[in-house]
Amino acid sequence: MSAALRASTAITGAAEWGLGAAPDGTRPIDLMAQASLRALADAGLTPADVDGIFAATTQLPMAPLNLALELGIDARCSDATNVGGSSFMFHVDHARAAIAAGLCDVALIAYGSTQRLVGRSSASVQELDPWEAPFRPALPVTAYALAASRHMHEFGTTREQLASVAVAARAWAQLNPGAWSRDPLSVDDVLASRMVADPLTLRDCCLVTDGGAAIVLTSAERAATLPRPPVLVLGAGQAHSHRHVTGMPSLTHTAAAQSGATAFAQAGVTPGEVDVAQLYDAFTITPILFLEDLGFCAKGDGGPFAASGAIGRGGRLPLNTNGGGLSYTHPGMYGLHAIVEAVRQLRGECGERQVPGCEIAVAHGNGGVLSSQATLVLGSAATA
Amino acid sequence: MSEPSPPAAVVDAAWREGRLPYQRTEDGAAVWPPRVAAPGDGRPLSWHDSAGVGCVYATTALHARGAEPRNIALIDLDEGFRIMSRVDGLPAEAVKIGLRVGVRFTEADAETGARIPVFVPLEEQA
Repeated sequence: MSAALRASTAITGAAEWGLGAAPDGTRPIDLMAQASLRALADAGLTPADVDGIFAATTQLPMAPLNLALELGIDARCSDATNVGGSSFMFHVDHARAAIAAGLCDVALIAYGSTQRLVGRSSASVQELDPWEAPFRPALPVTAYALAASRHMHEFGTTREQLASVAVAARAWAQLNPGAWSRDPLSVDDVLASRMVADPLTLRDCCLVTDGGAAIVLTSAERAATLPRPPVLVLGAGQAHSHRHVTGMPSLTHTAAAQSGATAFAQAGVTPGEVDVAQLYDAFTITPILFLEDLGFCAKGDGGPFAASGAIGRGGRLPLNTNGGGLSYTHPGMYGLHAIVEAVRQLRGECGERQVPGCEIAVAHGNGGVLSSQATLVLGSAATA
Repeated sequence: MSEPSPPAAVVDAAWREGRLPYQRTEDGAAVWPPRVAAPGDGRPLSWHDSAGVGCVYATTALHARGAEPRNIALIDLDEGFRIMSRVDGLPAEAVKIGLRVGVRFTEADAETGARIPVFVPLEEQA
């Protein structure tokens, strides 16, 4: 256990840019660079201060190279790790180790996508398993629908409980002026919307938007000299269990159990001490699985937990407080947006949706088809 | 010693002959998807033919606009491995987890000659 990494680094800048529908001609690097400039300005820094680049997007397989050119960054440490939507939690884990090892001092972690503008099928070309492809699974939704079917079978999870995740996300989005979908949404609305992959309807599925995001990570010592309240990385964990869904050992147990255990142990925090959680919600089944696997409730209780009101405002565990991938934004790989919302909650800048007294936040990323999992436990300066 | 055939070539050839191959470790554990060596210890894998009988582990019905729902399922074969396939012979939404199923191969594709393993409820199998 790398205990020395606990609270050794801090997020000192965070920003998003271009969420929604990008104008014609927009390149993914435009959104990545714009978000990066704003995250750096937020941190009181400029591109000249950056010496480590951690970036990924399906549209730019060598993203750090694009971003370095775009912003004129002379990087001595770069990482293009792409394991899907959780990539940015992996980047934080790698960046803090790089900072501790002296490979870089100021790490820029960035994302940008124009998947809505160019179409999801061209923005994110699916790598198919040769023994799944003949059956033409629509991906990724087929894999998540299979997992949902299994969860319903093993634990009695209902479509209404799945829908309650989307309803809670929408209620949070209604408190967030920046959210893409803010119309009222009921459980009945979710159930009555177009069936996509049984049991998941259109409203059980995340949005398809454009957008970019970026954060700046430095040593905790340097962060203390910068203008914004530092958000400490108390713990981080990463794990993966398969690439394609056929190889997933159990469709009701994700590698979040491993990534979460690593992150919580390192942070010295228990799930009960977490004030707010941002758990990747690509589909309504995903936060249910992660609530269980991260230890916020018992295995199998994710559905009743979500439907109980625990994940809403004033609930035991405010979840996806920006509205999440279901109602806020989802430019293809949402993980960095979950981190940005955790930072904003810990800084107390969330306005109507602010969770009072927020000191400890979890940002959990999911990639592929429940394949890669990474968990960050983040804390305010008081948690050092 | 000749190089072993790539797993995808072995499977494609077997499917064309109406066989359902899978791999086993030296300890007898079934392995799917196919790979070049046993997971974990890297020892050789051997090929075997499945009896093609198992049960539905997970299931969904895909609803594309303007088309009838179609089934996608994960099937647990009795030998201890799991593959993606579909269940024919009943409406896509009527496929239930736990249903006992048996393999049937599709007719050869007119262009490629490829065949794929699909499953039918065991009671309905001739």
